[in-house]
Amino acid sequence: MNFLSQEVPISWYLLLSAVLFSLGVVGFLIKRNLITVFMSIELMLNAVNLSFVTFAHQWHAVKGQIFVFFVMMVAAAEAAVGLAIIIAVFRTRATLAVDRIDLMKL
Amino acid sequence: MNGSLHLWLIPLLPFAGFLVNGLLGRRLPKWTITTVALLAPLAAFGVVLNAAAWIYLRGTIQAAPACAMCGPGPGFGFPYVETCPFPWINIAALQVDFSFVLDQLSLVMLLVVTGVGFLIHIYSVGYMSDEEGYARYFSYLNLFLFFMTLLVLAGNALLMFVGWEGVGLASYLLIGFYFQKKSAADAGKKAFIVNRIGDFGFLIGMFLLLANFGTLTFTEIAAKLGMDPGWNGGVVTVIALCLLLGAAGKSAQLPLYIWLPDAMEGPTPVSALIHAATMVTAGVYMIARTHVLFDHSPFALGVVAIVGAATALFAATIGLVQNDIKRVLAYSTISQLGYMFLGCGVAAYSAAIFHLVTHAFFKALLFLAAGAVIHAVGGEQDLRKMGGLWKKLPVTFAVTTVGVLAIAGFFPFAGFFSKDAILFAAFQQGAGGKALWFVGLVTALLTSFYIFRLWYLAFLGKPRSESAHLHSTPWSMLAPLVILALLSIAGGWIGIERFAAFLAPSVGARAVAAGSAHLELILSLVAVAVALEGWLIADKLYRRKPERATQWAAALPGSYKLLANKYFVDEFYGATVVKPLLGASKYFLEWVVDVGLLGGMAWLLAGIATLSGTILQRWQSGNLRSYAAWLAAGAAAVLLFLVVPWADILASLSAMHFGVVGH
Repeated sequence: MNFLSQEVPISWYLLLSAVLFSLGVVGFLIKRNLITVFMSIELMLNAVNLSFVTFAHQWHAVKGQIFVFFVMMVAAAEAAVGLAIIIAVFRTRATLAVDRIDLMKL
Repeated sequence: MNGSLHLWLIPLLPFAGFLVNGLLGRRLPKWTITTVALLAPLAAFGVVLNAAAWIYLRGTIQAAPACAMCGPGPGFGFPYVETCPFPWINIAALQVDFSFVLDQLSLVMLLVVTGVGFLIHIYSVGYMSDEEGYARYFSYLNLFLFFMTLLVLAGNALLMFVGWEGVGLASYLLIGFYFQKKSAADAGKKAFIVNRIGDFGFLIGMFLLLANFGTLTFTEIAAKLGMDPGWNGGVVTVIALCLLLGAAGKSAQLPLYIWLPDAMEGPTPVSALIHAATMVTAGVYMIARTHVLFDHSPFALGVVAIVGAATALFAATIGLVQNDIKRVLAYSTISQLGYMFLGCGVAAYSAAIFHLVTHAFFKALLFLAAGAVIHAVGGEQDLRKMGGLWKKLPVTFAVTTVGVLAIAGFFPFAGFFSKDAILFAAFQQGAGGKALWFVGLVTALLTSFYIFRLWYLAFLGKPRSESAHLHSTPWSMLAPLVILALLSIAGGWIGIERFAAFLAPSVGARAVAAGSAHLELILSLVAVAVALEGWLIADKLYRRKPERATQWAAALPGSYKLLANKYFVDEFYGATVVKPLLGASKYFLEWVVDVGLLGGMAWLLAGIATLSGTILQRWQSGNLRSYAAWLAAGAAAVLLFLVVPWADILASLSAMHFGVVGH
């Protein structure tokens, strides 16, 4: 009980956030499927959200919480747009491999 | 009379005419263009007349001090100075104002410029009526009057230089008026470039004036020179010679005269106004205006006299054999300008200005008459194809006869008095002066010969070509001719004594040797005899024994060829100056500097950009994951930079270093 009633230290939250973010980055870099890449981005955003909330709690400031809502909102919009792009890409190229989608070169 | 004379109106009225016709001329009806173009010089002439009347009423001819140049009168005094309230240039010691000076000298010049200028404007209405670019022509002509009056009125050398360059511009534009014709465009360029050489001398002279006197105002320079008798020779000579170079360029003297004959490519009234009556006399005016400098340098004066005499003789000999009616007159102009320089060179400035005035009358008359002939025969300028025109163009013939008698120096026509005054002044200047007088006398003989040759070839004898019908000469061309003819008859009657007395406050009075009345009479008789002799030779060669002229030419093939080719001076300059310059431009400037240096630099820069682009574009792989990797790497680098305490590390490192040294 005593152990449970104790607060989890701030650093743990931050560590978790960092780990999640790093996972997102690595996933973004090494995964080949566009949807997985997309999910990695969401992972990074949520890692950042976690550190926002952590700091908001730490400093008893509400700004961080509000920021999280903003990020979530943007993420939702981004998800909608991103998924639409993914569908469009799949329809034209019949693949979701990022390496094959290299239209953005000279 | 406490009002202002409004001198500023004199240049600005023609300038307004230039703006109106230059900007709106294409849309205006012809009569409006004519009205504007004629009103501008007429109004300017009115302002000048008003100023002249003011001077006359004040009786300044008697009241003026001995040397008005030495000290401007206070307030509304004389010489009358009008200064713009705002300084033009005001840098440290250099202060230059827009100041206009009206003294006897500038008044005489203004009367000639605006008066003869107005007459030639009227003439142009008839002469140019069928030409393309009617408005353009008159806007240039008004622009010329603007700059010329600016030049004349200028109270300091810099403002004079503005007018000086401006008349050069107007001259360039008008010589190249028929710019579709290559020869006309080339002649314009030649005039401009040759004048640049003279302008260079003028500029150097101005710099030296500024360095040595600290001012460019004529009156102040004169005052400083007058205060210190030590100013003699040396730097004053250098300044005077630089100014002489400028004057020689503008007034077509040796060795820079070559542009004037080619300038005849312009419309004939332009030749009359700019290249005979006014602009080319600017050099003479400039020397008279800065005469104090020349007075302090006998050497420079001698150079002026020799240049003048040499030019007079040289140009007259070329004029003997030219067949283009305008070219004969052009060489005659150069020769007469040589007389004026000779007058300046023997310090007879008033005689030089007197000849300037009479020359403006009779040479403008001769040019305009030549223009009437050319107009009548439909553009033909070759004397050999004219002849017998006196019956068809009686008025033109009559006025030309007056002009011919005037330039040849027959009593009582204008040219007699002024040429005589110059020759007399030269004769009084010791042995060297007598040599100059002799050169002048020979020139007078040649002058008389070539002008009567022109007269015989153009008007007398039998028509040498079939001109089916002659264009009639409109009244607008005849009226100025008649007025100028009257002036060419009566212009000299004022006499050099009265004229010199009038000008004395501006250019200084010359002491006339005592007991010289007889001498002057004898010299006059000699001059007239010489002129008569020239007439007789011309009469023999071109009336009584026309075959004799060709015989003579055949007997002296070398001399004739030399003269007909104008001493090969153009060829000489072409080989020694133009060709090397063109070669240097082509091989050095174009190929080495332009293609090699500038082009090479451009290619180098373009090459660097292309090369770096080729390398950098490999980044642009289109691979999403490589972009992301670079993004991550960049973020990592920024983090590394921000998070790692570089300052502390550096501090501890240096501390370690010192610690080691300390031990």
